[in-house]
Amino acid sequence: MVIEPIMETSPSSTPTQADDKKNGGETTPAPVGRTLIDIDHVDFFYGENQALFDIDLKLEEKKVTAFIGPSGCGKSTLLRCLNRMNDLIDGTKVKNGQIKIRGIDIYSPEVDVIELRKRVGMVFQKSNPFPKSIYENITYGLRLQGQNDKSYLDEVVEKSLRGAALWDEVKDRLHTSGLGLSGGQQQRLCIARAIAVEPDIILMDEPCSALDPISTSKVEELIHELKNQFTIVIVTHNMQQAARCSDKTAFFYLGKLIEFADTQTIFMNPANAQTEAYVSGRFG
Amino acid sequence: MEATATSHVFQKRSTPASRWEKRIFWAFRAATYLILVCGASVFLTIFFKGAGTVFKTEAPFINTTFFTDAPETLYVFEYEGVKYEMGDREFREFKNANPAANSVRASSYAHSAGGIWPCIVGTVMLVVGSMTIALILGVSAAVFLNEYAREGPFIRFVRLAILNLAGVPSIVFGLFGFGMFVIYFGWNVSLLAGWFTLAFMVLPVIITASEESLKSVPKGFREGSLALGATQWQTIRKNVLPYALPGILTSSILGIARVAGETAPIMFTAAYVIRDKLPWEDLKHAGDFFFQGVMALPYHIYVVSSKIPQNEYTERVQYGTAFVFLLIVASIAAASIILRNKLRNRYKW
Repeated sequence: MVIEPIMETSPSSTPTQADDKKNGGETTPAPVGRTLIDIDHVDFFYGENQALFDIDLKLEEKKVTAFIGPSGCGKSTLLRCLNRMNDLIDGTKVKNGQIKIRGIDIYSPEVDVIELRKRVGMVFQKSNPFPKSIYENITYGLRLQGQNDKSYLDEVVEKSLRGAALWDEVKDRLHTSGLGLSGGQQQRLCIARAIAVEPDIILMDEPCSALDPISTSKVEELIHELKNQFTIVIVTHNMQQAARCSDKTAFFYLGKLIEFADTQTIFMNPANAQTEAYVSGRFG
Repeated sequence: MEATATSHVFQKRSTPASRWEKRIFWAFRAATYLILVCGASVFLTIFFKGAGTVFKTEAPFINTTFFTDAPETLYVFEYEGVKYEMGDREFREFKNANPAANSVRASSYAHSAGGIWPCIVGTVMLVVGSMTIALILGVSAAVFLNEYAREGPFIRFVRLAILNLAGVPSIVFGLFGFGMFVIYFGWNVSLLAGWFTLAFMVLPVIITASEESLKSVPKGFREGSLALGATQWQTIRKNVLPYALPGILTSSILGIARVAGETAPIMFTAAYVIRDKLPWEDLKHAGDFFFQGVMALPYHIYVVSSKIPQNEYTERVQYGTAFVFLLIVASIAAASIILRNKLRNRYKW
């Protein structure tokens, strides 16, 4: 099953099965609140251990959604459910509930997980450029799809590196190893690699946790840029980061979704006492 | 505690613990040196005793016929007051040239003249063939176990089987190969039977070591690749196996040394005591190549050391063969190490 790309389509022509599922409960209504990812009362298990309890969330298109919460609260687990990365771990299972992307249940048996992952890119906590050249890193995904046209690949490499704000730093050494870059550059290379295959959604699992403050701010600026094109879900331990770069924030605690609202609301005026305690640094 | 002028809190004193420290240190040190002595004496014995056969005092300083000829019977005789030592062919020519020599009484010593070229050829063929089979089977199994299989009772059983295979004595592999390939499959004593027997013997080494080197490839490379929409096989082929290859080659170096060195598995399955023709000579069909026995260095050493009467002439062949054998194993291993280092430099993380 192929999920049709939605990036190029204008809002008016986008399929509208989720049009009315605008997330309610906030003071300021979001301008283009089209639900792209619909997490519908999901329970998730690692073997016998339940990691997520009845998560119900609707993530909007071309927005940055941040998942925050203390370690072990299930935010990374939920993120990795969205491109079925958890399939790689033995004994994991989504019991009850569905995760729908554009209305399609991604855990249904007829979904091709390879197609899903082409549409839902991922950037990992630890930057993991492959021990190949920068050029090979970025073209990796396209080459897998059988794309070998050199001029097209060149074009994508430049576009992706510009998109990841890395072009000016590496344009003279595209054919040197990606591992020769600094930590922050490596992480941006991984972002460039992810956007090269033109996904709809980019999942970021604590992308800045191993970076210095300057690299972190570069990646954050980049996230701002990217949300014009992509829907971004970011897991972070850093609450300032969530506050700076996300539109919406979800707070998790012990596998449960405690509160989900506009970032402003979460940080300035949370409805839940636990959320307030966490964002003000009193626990977690 | 004696009160000397330099006495202070950190003064060195002889305590039971410090005395034991010294003794233990020396015990360990002696054990290590003993190993060095063992290794050096093995190599030096073979070098000095074998050097006489392999090298010559006049140019080109290397006894080329020892490398290029087949083993021959040595004839020692006295003719017109001069003592001669000749190989089989040379002796016949000598008799043709000097008809009077036909009546001399020559004492003959099997295998003591000529060279070991067919044994070198046979050993190299056995190594190349069996390592090819073992690497294909072993790496496939390692990839399956490490990348695809999910832990469960069956996989545990497979691992147990591999572990047990590693503990089987080589002579048992020889018997198995004889029963299975030589008799049951009807391959007779042949290269093919030897290849499979040797391959089965090194499989556990290759599988275990390949799995280790697959494990050492960071998980991030696999996840990163899968997250870009690669299938599992694409991930393995492009982003796991190339990085694991240096480690796999390291393990195959150990495998090569074992395959080349074992006598027991090939003595019933592939090795001939003597064979005049080289493996590529006089083949009716190309397929016959696989169904012929060969001479092999370790088996040749075994034959000349225990199957023929011992005397001052056989010793030359024994040590000469051992010397060349060590040289060949060392050079195959060296070639693999160079290849491995090249690959290692290509991929670093």
